[in-house]
Amino acid sequence: MKTSHRMLAAGLAVLTTAALTSCGSDSGPAADGTVTLSFLIDNGASTTARAKGLADAFMRANPKIKIETETRPGGTEGDNLIKTRLSTGEMSDVFWYNSGSLLQALNPAQTMVDLTGDPVLADVQKEYLPAVTQGGKVYGVPSGSMSGGGILYNRKVYDQLGLQVPRTWAEFMANNDRIKAAGITPVISTFKDTWTSQLLLLSDYYNVQAAVPAFARDYTANKAKFATTPAARAGFDHLAEVHAKGYLNDGFGSATAEQGMKLLVEGKGAHYAMTSSQIPPLVATMPQAATDVGFFGVPGADAAKNGATVWEPPGVYIAKTTEHLDAAKKFLAFIASPAGTDAISKAVQPAGPYRVNGAKLPDNAIQAAKDLQAYLDKGATASALEFVSPVKGPSLEQITVAVGSGLTPPAEGAAQYDKDVDKQAKQLGLPGW
Amino acid sequence: MVTQQEAGPRTVPGPALPRPHARRNAAYPYGLYLPAAVVYLVIFLVPTAMAFYFALTRWTLFDSTFVGLDNFRDFFAEQNLRAGFANTLVYAVLTSGLKVVFGLLLGVLLTSRLRLRGFLRSVVFFPVLVSTVAVGITFSALLRPDTGLVDKTLAVVGIDGPDWLGDAGTALLSVALVDVWKGVGLATVIYIAGIMSIPRDYYQAVAVDGGGAWHRFRHVTLPLSWPATYSVIILSLIGGLRSFDLIWTMTRGGPGFTSDTIASIIYKQYQAGFFGLSTAGNVILFVVVTAVVVPLNRFLAKRQVTS
Repeated sequence: MKTSHRMLAAGLAVLTTAALTSCGSDSGPAADGTVTLSFLIDNGASTTARAKGLADAFMRANPKIKIETETRPGGTEGDNLIKTRLSTGEMSDVFWYNSGSLLQALNPAQTMVDLTGDPVLADVQKEYLPAVTQGGKVYGVPSGSMSGGGILYNRKVYDQLGLQVPRTWAEFMANNDRIKAAGITPVISTFKDTWTSQLLLLSDYYNVQAAVPAFARDYTANKAKFATTPAARAGFDHLAEVHAKGYLNDGFGSATAEQGMKLLVEGKGAHYAMTSSQIPPLVATMPQAATDVGFFGVPGADAAKNGATVWEPPGVYIAKTTEHLDAAKKFLAFIASPAGTDAISKAVQPAGPYRVNGAKLPDNAIQAAKDLQAYLDKGATASALEFVSPVKGPSLEQITVAVGSGLTPPAEGAAQYDKDVDKQAKQLGLPGW
Repeated sequence: MVTQQEAGPRTVPGPALPRPHARRNAAYPYGLYLPAAVVYLVIFLVPTAMAFYFALTRWTLFDSTFVGLDNFRDFFAEQNLRAGFANTLVYAVLTSGLKVVFGLLLGVLLTSRLRLRGFLRSVVFFPVLVSTVAVGITFSALLRPDTGLVDKTLAVVGIDGPDWLGDAGTALLSVALVDVWKGVGLATVIYIAGIMSIPRDYYQAVAVDGGGAWHRFRHVTLPLSWPATYSVIILSLIGGLRSFDLIWTMTRGGPGFTSDTIASIIYKQYQAGFFGLSTAGNVILFVVVTAVVVPLNRFLAKRQVTS
């Protein structure tokens, strides 16, 4: 038949196209014994600066190991890229990724090197390990400093109005009244960047834990709910309250996180529920951010139980597919050592203390980091819920925007979030849901 | 009034042509179809079939577990789904309605004897060429309450403009209007083509009968540009039902859930890593679009024949 040749040719063309996908990768040490480690990081300015500082310092100490960093997009786009690369076996040797609840979705048991009991972890503080542990096994080391989640406040405004750092929610609201009377925005909200709307609620976790110590465990096991635990629901109530009292900035619905920080640093707004990690990138352009912005934990019901919620540092992990395990472990051990944290501090101001024994805040550390250190020294900190439980509903940011804009009553918001969490737990296939 | 006439000669199906070399004729074109068929199969049909399967699984990219119809149940239990459906319909109907109205008016205007006709046509068509995401970002800046040009302009005439995208009452409407601004150029071009294809004789007939501009529009342009209207409605309705990029860049479904559409709800599930669930949502969207568009298509096609 005449057509068969054409068909053959067409078929061949398709096959050739399909075979043209490149899959080159170099492996094994070079002739002079140099090993090249690939290191995948997100493309955020502060991450790239930190990673460069780390890699340079490490290569000076280990001339036989070369680190090649590659960047990926941040946010959920980056999450999905990491998942794809891990599931196809194309992951770099070492990679930088969130710790806590997001780690669960990467299926570490299948994709990452187990570091449990490894000397790599010698300097890592015990408090950090739950954030990089899954199924009883530890997979990562802390990359950089932790940050405080709570209220960033403008210290100049406080000085000017003679205010004290509040220890209870009632004191906080009293401060807000006086700030408003002085013509300054008491509470900054930036709902265009929806993720920022969750901070007031998530940073309240220290108070939840203080009131209900077993909350994280019961919540993960589907026994405790936000809607039915008054201490947990308080976060939603607070959100609604600051909106209802008219404490928010004009145009809060379409303001961005960047604008929020600017309002705060310039003293046009007094309080901003945020993590301290937002401050170091600003220091270059607004040096006063380092000294004028302080930090305190979200105040709760009881002054005697005042404390702060902390965000654990992201982790650095080794992909199971690596062919340079020894070199990769050397790099991780360096990252989680005082020398490594010094290298990071030189690149970017830390947003808080490190999770590495023997690591110190630099003398010129930002004020918010020093404030957080004070809470740590008192032993009054708790890791945020997302670092101690894999359960975190994906719609929380929309729900907190709705509650914080007065569209949804707080009780209803809490119930919506419980439903959202239920869906997530089912999708993750967690036991007991 | 002009009596209703048949719109031009109808093509009558003639007697079937004799096919002397039926065998060879059939074999030759089928062979040529093959490359296209393979591409269609590999990048369209296979993924579609896979999507229908993965909609029934809990899928993490690492592994998938068959869960039956659970994903569909979960998707229908989504708290903002009802609002999302309503928003999608409102958005689709509003944008396609406005595109018909403005497209027709601009089409009439731009086929009339204007001095700047060519220039105005490019001006109207220009937004179509710009990337939707760029349009979204630009308008987000223009509509900002404090520094945006829109509210600043309103302030000049003493109006205190709302927070267009940050206010639950105006967010969806603002996005829909931007969508119309961006899409009306395409509708106009379709209308221009439709209006240009109307034979001049009809307008001369109206002139002979003493009809004015309104009569020309009401009794010739409007009924005889029906095929164009039909295309604009179908195209913009499908576009509206699937609308995503503009909504996502301008409001991300917010504030809260107030401007969520089905597509943005699906995308949020995907973002959360619930791949099976979001695929189920896509299957539902596919069914919904089909269920709306197929009957509408038939209905409009019928009207086209009778008018």
